[in-house]
Amino acid sequence: MGLFDKFHGLAAARRDLEALGIDPFGVQIERMISPTEGMIRGRHTILAGTNNYLGLTFDPGCVAAAHRALDAEGTGTTGSRMANGSYSGHRRLEKELAAFYGMRDAIVFSTGYQANLGMLAGLTGPGDVVLIDGDCHASIYDGCRLAGAEIIRFRHNNAADLARRMERLGERAADALIVVEGVYSMLGDRAPLEDIVAVKRKHGGYLLVDEAHSLGVLGERGRGLVEELGVLAHVDFIVGTFSKSLGGAGGFCVSDLPELDLVRYSSRPYIFTASPSPATIASTRQALAVLAAGRDLRVRLRDNFMRLHAGLIALGYSLAAPPGAVIAVVLRDRVEALRCWSLLLERGVYVNLMLPPATPNGVALIRCSVSAAHTPAQIDAICAAFADVRSSAGIVAAECDTGR
Amino acid sequence: MLQYPQIVAELGSELAAFGPRGVEITEDTDLLADLELDSLQVMNLLLQIEDRFDISIPVSILPDVRTVKDLALQIAHLTGER
Repeated sequence: MGLFDKFHGLAAARRDLEALGIDPFGVQIERMISPTEGMIRGRHTILAGTNNYLGLTFDPGCVAAAHRALDAEGTGTTGSRMANGSYSGHRRLEKELAAFYGMRDAIVFSTGYQANLGMLAGLTGPGDVVLIDGDCHASIYDGCRLAGAEIIRFRHNNAADLARRMERLGERAADALIVVEGVYSMLGDRAPLEDIVAVKRKHGGYLLVDEAHSLGVLGERGRGLVEELGVLAHVDFIVGTFSKSLGGAGGFCVSDLPELDLVRYSSRPYIFTASPSPATIASTRQALAVLAAGRDLRVRLRDNFMRLHAGLIALGYSLAAPPGAVIAVVLRDRVEALRCWSLLLERGVYVNLMLPPATPNGVALIRCSVSAAHTPAQIDAICAAFADVRSSAGIVAAECDTGR
Repeated sequence: MLQYPQIVAELGSELAAFGPRGVEITEDTDLLADLELDSLQVMNLLLQIEDRFDISIPVSILPDVRTVKDLALQIAHLTGER
């Protein structure tokens, strides 16, 4: 088999997409105007697929902090923290993240993807067992693979299924690592963390929760689903990202376990990569301070997602989960989802197209992410575009069955 | 411990529900090519098989599993461990 033979299927799939006139997986935003608006194909477009949950990418304080760091420390660190040294901001951000969660320490990684890769590959290795929720993000699968650990998958959001697998492990359960997400990125559904914590407390093991889509969104102080459900004390590792609610790029893990610091020395995705740039660290620190300072943005975000969720339900669309910052519209099939996505863009609304096998159970989705920076008028405009697509183009929503 | 022929027979009835209709399941049936399963469907198939045999099958074995025979041998190994 030739080196490029495996691309035949991909090339055919891309040709199908190109027939639309635009590749949904290669959209160019020609110019950003605000956290919620950009120019796409020369058109002023409402952005509703950015994961910019708190809208902090244009926050004046965050932008100013990044400017100051850029002037004072330069454009990049040009190396890894282990070989080339950490800047003071790296360590300060780690201390601030640890304080935010009330935990002993934190590690900052260069991307959210690398946070999962780095934690799983740093913590586990051949002979270790990692139990992962079936709908976990690719970074979690890839981290397990890099680690060479034994990966056991349990049915999505099914604590009883996890318990059965823990029972089968016998004595090995006490050292197993359970990995779940707070909010799952595709459907926007939440983990039953109380039940999962109960399984851990019965069988032993350690629990890692990825709060990429819930940091700054859920919880009284924005500390995610672990805070919202009151299980923070029973979670061993919390992983998160700077690239969503914090409006930057990078990732982290916080933990109360003293061993966390040693992960730095065993984690190849931490060791062999350049550290985040000074401007990224500075804007992230400021964004974390804004996030921690009050509930205003979370309240606005909640108002917005409640408004969009109710609007889409009223239009007769099938939504995959209860209201949240991720709102996934389930379409009848791949063709219908493609058509819906394209028609929305023509009407000045950018959302995400999600197709199998990236989606659970073969569903085709239009995924919206809501921001605190959306105005009620923008939410109404998004609803109006969905209404127009449904009535004028005859888009048919799926029966709301995501296989759950 | 389950015997290999019995494992292949039980796998056959599980797989019949997953693949396209009318495909005869033999030891040499290729899970991806013959049953037209994608990687996610294969992982979901494993969940069903785990319940049937009351074992946990590490996802990490998948790169070594192409045919029904490969999977049956892994199951024989895992049921033998109990």
